[in-house]
Formats: sequence, C-alpha cells, structure tokens
Amino acid sequence: MTAASDVGYHAQRQARWHYGEVAFWLIVLACGFLFPTRYLIMTDILRLALFTMSLDLILGYAGIVSLGHAAFFGVGAYAAGLLALHGIVNEPVLALIVAGLAAMVLGFATSFLVIRGVDLTRLMVTLGIALLLEALAERFSNITGGTDGLQGIEIQPIFGAFAFDMFGKTGFFYSLAVLFLLFLLARRVVHSPFGLSLRAIKNNALRAAAIGIPVNRRLIAIYTLAAFYAGIAGALFTQTTAIASLDVFAFERSADLMLVLVIGGTGYLYGGLIGAVVFRMLQELFSTITPQYWQFWIGLVLVVIVLVGRQRLHRWVLYVPNLVIKQVAGRKAVVAVPENDA
Amino acid sequence: MTSILTNLFDGVAYGMLLFVLACGLAVTLGLMNFVNLAHGAFAMTGGYVCMVLVNRMGWPFFAALPLAFVSSAAIGIALERTLYRHLYTRSHLDQVLFTIGLTFMSVAAVDYIQGSSRVFINLPAALQGQFDVFGVGIGRYRLMIIVICGLLTIGLQMVLAKTRFGSRLRAAVDDPRAASGLGINVPQVFAFTFAFGCGLAGLGGALSAEILGLDPYFPLKFMIYFLIVVTVGGSSSITGPFLASLLLGIGDVAGKYYVPKMGPFVIYTMMIVILIWRPNGLFGRTAAR
Repeated sequence: MTAASDVGYHAQRQARWHYGEVAFWLIVLACGFLFPTRYLIMTDILRLALFTMSLDLILGYAGIVSLGHAAFFGVGAYAAGLLALHGIVNEPVLALIVAGLAAMVLGFATSFLVIRGVDLTRLMVTLGIALLLEALAERFSNITGGTDGLQGIEIQPIFGAFAFDMFGKTGFFYSLAVLFLLFLLARRVVHSPFGLSLRAIKNNALRAAAIGIPVNRRLIAIYTLAAFYAGIAGALFTQTTAIASLDVFAFERSADLMLVLVIGGTGYLYGGLIGAVVFRMLQELFSTITPQYWQFWIGLVLVVIVLVGRQRLHRWVLYVPNLVIKQVAGRKAVVAVPENDA
Repeated sequence: MTSILTNLFDGVAYGMLLFVLACGLAVTLGLMNFVNLAHGAFAMTGGYVCMVLVNRMGWPFFAALPLAFVSSAAIGIALERTLYRHLYTRSHLDQVLFTIGLTFMSVAAVDYIQGSSRVFINLPAALQGQFDVFGVGIGRYRLMIIVICGLLTIGLQMVLAKTRFGSRLRAAVDDPRAASGLGINVPQVFAFTFAFGCGLAGLGGALSAEILGLDPYFPLKFMIYFLIVVTVGGSSSITGPFLASLLLGIGDVAGKYYVPKMGPFVIYTMMIVILIWRPNGLFGRTAAR
C-alpha cells in the first residue's frame, strides 16, 4: 500500500459513520418524545450546541482563537428578528437562511482582519468586533430597539403548516432538524480534503504552506462558514424565543461559548453537542444552589479544567467507556478524543 | 477654548489613571506573553479594600491608598505562586480560559460580599470641587491623580532604566534562558514584577472609584481598555503604554464630549485599525516575539 492510498484509507475510515454516532442521534431524537415538559430547555441546548459547533469549526479545526464569536450570533439574531418584525421574509426557514447569510457576509468581511497576526491580535480583533457591533446596535436604537430589544416579533408557521406553540414543541423539532442538517454538512466538510488541510494548517501553518495549501484562503473560507453557522444559531434563538436584545452581543456569551466547547472537547464536532448538554445541566444545578452567584461556580469549573489539563480530563472521562469496549468487544478502544487540542 | 483645555485636562487625568491600572498588564501580557484577562479583578480588589477602610473603618483616604496597593500585591503574589506560574508555558487558549474563569469568580465573589450596586469612596474635603486657572476648570481630585500617577510613571521609568532590578527584569524578558544562565533568578523576578503590577492595579482601582465607577462588573467592563493600552502601546518600554493610555484617555473623554452618540464606537474602530496596521502596537518593536 502506498503512502497516499494509506492516508486515503485512514481518512475514509475516520469519515465513516460509527454505530455510536447513530445511537447518539437516536437518543437525541428520543429525548424529544420522552420529556415533553422540557422542550424549552432542550431547545436552548440545541441552539447552544449549534453555536458551539460553529466555534469548534474555527477553533478546533483551524486553530483560530476567538473571543467575539457572539458578533455573528447577534447579527443572525437581529437579522431574523427584523425580517420577521417588518414582514420582509415571512417563511421562517427562508428567513433563517437569509439571517445566516447576513452573518456570513460579516464573517467574510472580518475574516481578512482576523487571519492577520498571532493569537493575541486575533483575540483582540474578534473581541473588538463584537464590542463594536454591540455599540452600533445600541447607537441605532431606532432600528434595533436599543436596550429594550426588538419587541413584538411574531414568527409565522414553518412552511405555513407547523405553527410555533407555547410549549416549544415545534421549536424543538425545528431546531433539531436544523442542527442535524448543519451537522451533516459540517461532518462532510471536516472529513473532506479541505478539512484535512485545515488540520494541517492548525498543526503548522508554515509547513502547510510549504506543501502547497493556500493557508489564508482556507482560513477565510472556514471563518466565513463558521460565521454562517453562528448566524443560524442566532436566528434560531430569535425564532424560538421571539426576542432579540443587546445581550446577544455580550462578552459573556462568547466566554461561555468557549467554556462549553472546552467542556465537550475541541476538534471532533460532538464536543459542542456534549458540552452544551453538560454546561446547561451545570448551570441549572448551580442556579438552584445559588440563584444569583452561579457565575462563581462556572468560573471555578473553568479554572479547574485548565489546571487539571483538558486532555487529561477527557482521558479520565473516557476511561470507563473505553474499558467496557475493551472487555466486551475485545478490541482496542474506539472512543477517543483527538489528542492535539488547540 | 477653555472647554477644550478642561477636556484635555480631564482626558490626561483619565489616561494617567488607565496607565497605572494597565501597566502591570503591560508586563504580564506584553513582556511575559501571558494573556491575563483577570487583571481588572486585582484593580477591583484594591478599590474595594480602599472603600471598606475609608467608609467603614474611618481611615484617612491617603492612608488607605498604600493598603490598597499592598492587598492587591499580596493576592497577586499568592495567585502567581500557586496558580499562574503553572500556566506560563501553556497555550494562549488555556490562559484565556483560566483568567476568564478567575474573572467570573471575582465578579460573583465581590457581588456576594459587597452587593452589586456601585460604591463610592468618601473623599476628604480638600480633594473635592475645582478651581480656576485662567478660566480653565481644574478638578482637585483629577489634579491629584495626575500628580500621583506622574510621579509613579517617573519612578517606574527610573527603576527600569537605572536600578539593578530593572536590568535584571529587562534581561529576563529579552531572553529568559540566557538570563538564568547568567545567574538571574528569572521566576523570582517575574513573580515580583507580577505582584508589583497587581499592586499598581489595586492602587489604580482605589483611585478610579471616583472617576470610572466601582462595581463588581469592573473587571469585565474595563478589560478591553486595559488590553487596548497594552496592545496599542506595545511592550518595548513603558513609554509606549503610557502614550497609548494618554491617547485613549483624551480620545475617550473628547469622544464622549463632542460626539456623544458615537460613544465607544470610535475607540473600538481605532483599536482594530491600529492592530491591523501595526500588529505589534504603535510604539512596539518591529519584530514579533
């Protein structure tokens, strides 16, 4: 077997669907039927999962550190809100795509600023862009409603058939469908040669350039795609909650997002989904213990995660599942998180 | 004309304050290459210590200021020895996560201990009000800030340029390996500098309660300002951050006065443009470290 076909073989094997993945999605779908009283929080988790997947695309696969990812979330949220409020695009699915495209345009425009410079410059520039947008949204309060946010948004039924109900059932299945479709797309993208080249760039940009990968163009492409995902997540937020206020741009949102991704693990797409579930559960737990000061415990979790070491933590978590697999199936562990974390 | 001069004066006072607040970060972020987003938390600690001493225990304001410095420095050195030093060699992402976590914890902790509303420090009568010099309104408190911060800046510059410790620090920053080879205790130098920077932030926090406002969200609200000072000012000397803070202070005050509607917009745009144009800061070295 030649080296090239060997690489191709492993890449294809990685890209194949595992039983575990199928089971994962079946469980998610089953949750929709098992817990009919919990649609609101579950929708919230799905939204967060989509948003986190967007960050995973740039952080986990391309190694771009961003502290201002809420910028695209916010643009998507306001775009969807304005489209529905003024009746420009009434069909939610269409509005969702338009809002995603709006965020995508912003992502493309700002990607040229972000790909320049090192980590620190990127942190500052992304943070600056999010703050800038927040200031703009506050400034043009005649359009955005200022600190009150957009009010009186009414979302039309999806395809004219499925109306949003007050229990959030439609919202949940709608979000799930969107998340699943976008997950399929992301999965296809990261396992394509394009996705492999992104990993090469993340590991060593100089070497990647030397073997002929157009580094800057690849980074612009993935950043733009991630902006689209974040925009969709923002639009879902507006459509399922019927509000859009200034806090969509808040720094805390970007910071929380990083925490979610770090809990779940970077660079394997499911990190965002698992992280979102764990994060929301932690948040629920902390806010039942101390309603006002849950932020303290979230901060503590972050500090502990970093001090213990993210990779070591993930090894601990996967220790038992891997042991079971080894005993039952008698082969080497298959559940693993990529070791080269950002 | 006089309003311009008054604004200029206020802007300089604001800028000086920002410098004292941020120059510790200039060392950790600029020189040691550690992304410390929790820097504002040390400033807040100093502010609250000063507030408790003055308002609750009746200390004189000027006696409480050194204590604000000492308490922040003490917390700084404790955290540096126990937590921060393990993270110097880690990736920027880890550093960001860790310091954001610390910031969240400090915000919630202060909220828990002191409540979430804005606090004020009772100032002595001698510092209140303003007087006129050729028609230009000079606030007494702001004048005091300019004097204190000006003296501190000169002192810092002297220490860095003239003393043995200053040359050790510069050597440790330029090339830690060579410096330790020459017998300089690099971790000790860094720890001391870190603590001193935290102390200065604490002092700045105590001084800024009157002007910037002090509440539990201080570290989050002003994080971006500290970062701007350091990244725009560069890290080759303390002159860079000093000039950057003056620019930022004057720009912010003038912006709020003349184009109130554009508000922070101007500052953020300027920051992004400068970062794109000169990634190492306006006054930074040309070679990336």
